[in-house]
Amino acid sequence: MVATTTTTMRPLIENVSRRGFLAGASAATGLVLALQLVPLRGALAAAAPYATGATEMPHGAVNDPHVFVSIDPDGTVTIVRHRSEMGTGASTGLPMVLADEMEADWSRVRLVQAPGDEPRYGNQDTDGSRSMRHFIQPMRQCGAAMRQMLEAAAAKQWGVPAGEVEAVNHEVVHKASGRKLGYGDLATTAMAEPVPPLEQLRLKEAAAFRYMGKGNVPMYDLHDITTGKAVYGQDVALPGMRFAVVARPPVVGGKVKSFDPAEALKVPGVEKVLEIPGSAPPAKFAPLGGVAVVAANTWAAIKGREALKIEWDDGPNASYDSAAFKAQMLETARKPGKVVRNEGDAEAALASAAKVVTAEYYQPHIAHAPMEPPVATAVVGGGKCEVWAPVQSPYGTREDLAKFTGLPMEAVRVNVTLLGGGFGRKSKCDYALEAAFLSKELGGTPVKVTWTREDDIQSGFFHTTSVERLDAGLDAGGKVVAWRHRSVAPTIMSTFMPDPKLQAAFELGMGLQDVPFAIPNLRCENGEAQAHARIGWFRSVSNIPHVFAMQSFASELAHAAGRDPKDFLLELIGPARKIDTKAAGFVDEYWNYGDPYETYPIDTGRLAHVVGLAAEGIGWGREMPKGRGLGIAVHRSFLAYIATAVEVEIGADGRLSVPRVDTAVDCGFPVNPERIRSQMEGAAVMGMSLAMFGEVSFKNGRAEQANYDTYEVARIDGSPLEVHTHIVPHGYDVPAGGVGEPGLPPFAPALCNAIFAATGKRVRDLPISKHDLRAA
Amino acid sequence: MAIALKVNGARHSVDVPPDTPLLWVIRDVVGLHGTKYGCGIAVCGACTVHVDGQAVRSCVTAVGDVGDAEVVTIEGLHPTGDHPVQRAWRDANVPQCGFCQTGQIMQAAAFVATTRNPTDQQVSEAMSGNICRCGCYQRIHAAVKAAGTGA
Ligand code: FES
Ligand code: FES
Repeated sequence: MVATTTTTMRPLIENVSRRGFLAGASAATGLVLALQLVPLRGALAAAAPYATGATEMPHGAVNDPHVFVSIDPDGTVTIVRHRSEMGTGASTGLPMVLADEMEADWSRVRLVQAPGDEPRYGNQDTDGSRSMRHFIQPMRQCGAAMRQMLEAAAAKQWGVPAGEVEAVNHEVVHKASGRKLGYGDLATTAMAEPVPPLEQLRLKEAAAFRYMGKGNVPMYDLHDITTGKAVYGQDVALPGMRFAVVARPPVVGGKVKSFDPAEALKVPGVEKVLEIPGSAPPAKFAPLGGVAVVAANTWAAIKGREALKIEWDDGPNASYDSAAFKAQMLETARKPGKVVRNEGDAEAALASAAKVVTAEYYQPHIAHAPMEPPVATAVVGGGKCEVWAPVQSPYGTREDLAKFTGLPMEAVRVNVTLLGGGFGRKSKCDYALEAAFLSKELGGTPVKVTWTREDDIQSGFFHTTSVERLDAGLDAGGKVVAWRHRSVAPTIMSTFMPDPKLQAAFELGMGLQDVPFAIPNLRCENGEAQAHARIGWFRSVSNIPHVFAMQSFASELAHAAGRDPKDFLLELIGPARKIDTKAAGFVDEYWNYGDPYETYPIDTGRLAHVVGLAAEGIGWGREMPKGRGLGIAVHRSFLAYIATAVEVEIGADGRLSVPRVDTAVDCGFPVNPERIRSQMEGAAVMGMSLAMFGEVSFKNGRAEQANYDTYEVARIDGSPLEVHTHIVPHGYDVPAGGVGEPGLPPFAPALCNAIFAATGKRVRDLPISKHDLRAA
Repeated sequence: MAIALKVNGARHSVDVPPDTPLLWVIRDVVGLHGTKYGCGIAVCGACTVHVDGQAVRSCVTAVGDVGDAEVVTIEGLHPTGDHPVQRAWRDANVPQCGFCQTGQIMQAAAFVATTRNPTDQQVSEAMSGNICRCGCYQRIHAAVKAAGTGA
């Protein structure tokens, strides 16, 4: 594990731990503030509190109604949404939970977006698929407290015991007398009531839920989105605002040697050209540096940038070449690496196996390419810094802005707009820092920095590239007796610290170490690799390459054993059990997505169950016409269990289409089934994009793709349009898991398994578009 | 030299070079932000507006070429936002992040105006120039069908 406590390392660790990557490390770095109301065991509630990783995150969780709720005399209830909205529905979902618990009528609820202020609101990092799982309890507690305060205020006004009144749908009712008081009537008095301590909270019984588990609340911004009124980062407009684009070094670690602004300044509308200093990697989220063109509108800035003459010093990554790097990773994967899980004796079992199967898988770099490229607007002057931006981590952004501008935290404000997609890219605030730098240089003039699509695809924080090598030993009966998985990939930690070569615990714990198979001899290893581009987390992170390999290989083994892939997969998963990670040979403690293992163990029964559901949904085993095939894959990630079954059709011309996808999801209590469905549908499309086309390749240190023409993503005519989502029903007693990310990892292996079933061709090198799928 | 432009029925005079893309004029000069930038090279559809009823990519439409044609953006599609396509979008809970959706809606509105009762294939073809990175295509497809089918 990379955690060290040297002073130089500390800021890096703190910042990575914003994502909760370093389970347990945050306590040591003093980041955690206690909950204002700590969940206690034995509370008098309909549902017992359970421990989550929320308390391990910077600034933990807050459940105080005074922070989240206000009521107008006209009855309008205003709820603060403190997480960012990037399409998952989290910023509607959490207030919905609160509203349900406080018996507010959703049609009379208004939402306001919180600025970056974690001491007040609790952790705001909208990533890691944990908004709902970390905040459903605090939001329920907050809502219950507010409801009880409303009841207490009404009882007082009527002079009756509080036990005789009940809050029902935006009013408090005294049954005995038939009297009623609307929430608006109680606006002032309820807020003056003391907040009941946690042990006195009465959470609703599930039967009384209005919105939780129902899927009847549309996204709060739905109307604004469909009418063009929704404000994204790109849409911020301030009086006197200038528009900037930046020419960044084409090679990471490169810098400006010299530049000539003369031609750029001749472009109509261009007002200023200035250099932004870069920082040598590892630079966390510091700007890459480069030359900024400031203009009267975005187009003038773009034209001005085209006219710039810049000579670059490419620096140490000038020779980064994806093909050569792949060969190097392959070589590493063929040798032993650092052992990160060791159960039984895989080496001996491989040596004595009746049959050994080996496969090597390749995952190229990928770019997030959110529909809204990075963009930020800043005003820095008069000892203050204010930023408007689509950011997943507003408080982290504020901290970075404070450091970057040298201003105290109190002088920095981060306003969160809607995010036009995020997928992890917008957790990294380099674009906000660029805007702040420029506004400061321009004496406090408001500046909007727009990243063009080319900037986004070429200068982002790429998903890592990897080689995964798997070896398995089968006995004479076709049973798997040995499994060895070697993973080689540059680590995300390279963005935070100098030259780490091994994957961090959070990366190993995403589909490498946590292979859930009942195989007596099982070994996972990690080979060294060095980063030559900025590496960052992308929706579902290391699960993408690890699970592509793991779940493809399971199907390959079924083929080697002459067995049905679904039956074989279930056999590999083995009996229903909660995996004991110590006994299973995990070398270091399993990070478990930053949440306590007792609350969220790896439960193979739930894993097998979703396999069955997806298989049943797609009609596994049915006769397939020529050119069609079914594939299946399953994975637990972000504390949710998801199986995906894919039907593929390969035309005589090799063209691939996906007529049907069945996704079975067990994410514990399904708080908002409607958004769970939309996330699974979206994951099928993004899964399709990544598997079919996802590749940013480097040559001479430079990304070779630039826009959606060369970095293709799935379009409507190439996407699965029939996606059936099967949600495992659970009550509140089964803790909510993640939803935003876990739909993605099983898609690519399920698709490749289906391609194999249809054609006999096994795709191990992504993307699929590079392969000829025509019948041999 | 100022260029005259009609957007959502209102006349504007904009002082930009005539080769400036309509997109940036609408966004940065006129100040309407429902029309989005996604690629700048006519491959994503985020910037779709109507010019004389036709869906066009405003990122590659020079403002100087618009002349006195009627430009309609998402803000002008329907006075209360109740165009059948907008309603169908809400009925189907189409958006995730929503960023692509104004372009999708403008594309769909032009399509259903000319193609009633479209086939699945026609819908896919008509919408294939509009990227949704969140992957709302299933619902986009259903919503276009619904809007194109209803009376
Ligand atoms: S911005 Fe015009 S098509 Fe993408
Ligand atoms: S809804 Fe996010 S890009 Fe379409």
